[in-house]
Amino acid sequence: MREVVEKKVLSENDRLAAELRERYREQNILCVNLISSPGSGKTALLEKTLSSFPKENCVAVLTGDIQTDNDARRLVRYGFPVRQIVTGGTCHLDARMVDRHLNEMGFRGPGLLLVENVGNLVCPSSYDLGEAAKIVLLSVTEGEDKPLKYPGIFHRASLMILTKTDLLPHVEFSPELALENARKVHPEIDYIALSSRTGEGFDQWLSWLSALQLKARREAATVPS
Amino acid sequence: MHEVGIASSILECVAEEAKRHQGVPILAVGVRIGELSNVDKDALEFAFEALTLGTPLEHLKLEVEWCPRRQKCLACAEEFSVHDLELACPKCGVNHSTCIGGTELDIAYLELEEPCVKS
Repeated sequence: MREVVEKKVLSENDRLAAELRERYREQNILCVNLISSPGSGKTALLEKTLSSFPKENCVAVLTGDIQTDNDARRLVRYGFPVRQIVTGGTCHLDARMVDRHLNEMGFRGPGLLLVENVGNLVCPSSYDLGEAAKIVLLSVTEGEDKPLKYPGIFHRASLMILTKTDLLPHVEFSPELALENARKVHPEIDYIALSSRTGEGFDQWLSWLSALQLKARREAATVPS
Repeated sequence: MHEVGIASSILECVAEEAKRHQGVPILAVGVRIGELSNVDKDALEFAFEALTLGTPLEHLKLEVEWCPRRQKCLACAEEFSVHDLELACPKCGVNHSTCIGGTELDIAYLELEEPCVKS
């Protein structure tokens, strides 16, 4: 006897993520979720990003790792609230972890919440954290075919950031081919190439963030609470 | 490798449903896994087996329906499956479509033991 269930496997995570999304809307928080392989430069991107913000900006960072608080220690130097989420083996962040740490941190909007996921191109893509956008990073020392190997995350991400462009003269990597592959999986994906070392491309990245913040604000204003 | 987490979410759902069916044995749980869901079928089956081994759910079967990526053409509304990442519409050729399938990670159904019919 077959009984129809029709339920999302991750319905509990989705429920919590929806609550987070509602909280972000109410408090005017823009949350973005940064996802990449280990070593693609998520933390370096955040360091450079934080260093460019005026100290009075309302910005917070949640950074996930399986072990150590090294990333939080790197990021806290810029004067913004930073919280390390040590997952203790879990290969991704989920909405419950974000909710708990956000509460403990006492972060309130309006502002920007930057979430650095655990370095992994697979699992983090399944877990909604209530973010306005998933951002996938790909460094020039990886392969151009990463989008084809990991279509799930490139399909869900709104933006692909090509990192470490200062290394392009030293590696055989074609940004055009990487973008072509990403757009095969997700034709509408936005694209920015940058170097956290030289700062090349950062204007574009910061404008992209501001535009998203503006869009989120406008949408929040049109949704009746 | 988050299939263990996915498998335990499926089992939590089964346990919840089991309460509603008070004692009617559940034989199988049917799930839909999309090709863009980033869940590996074999790893999920392995995790499911490992988690149910030696528990009352040991004989519970996991039935996986694998769902390919499907797109809907925004020009002519044709719905089509995607092969080799070819996103252009097979009917009108326009390369402007939206994803309508392949991201599934759903619990579709439970297979319950037939209640005894006394004649």
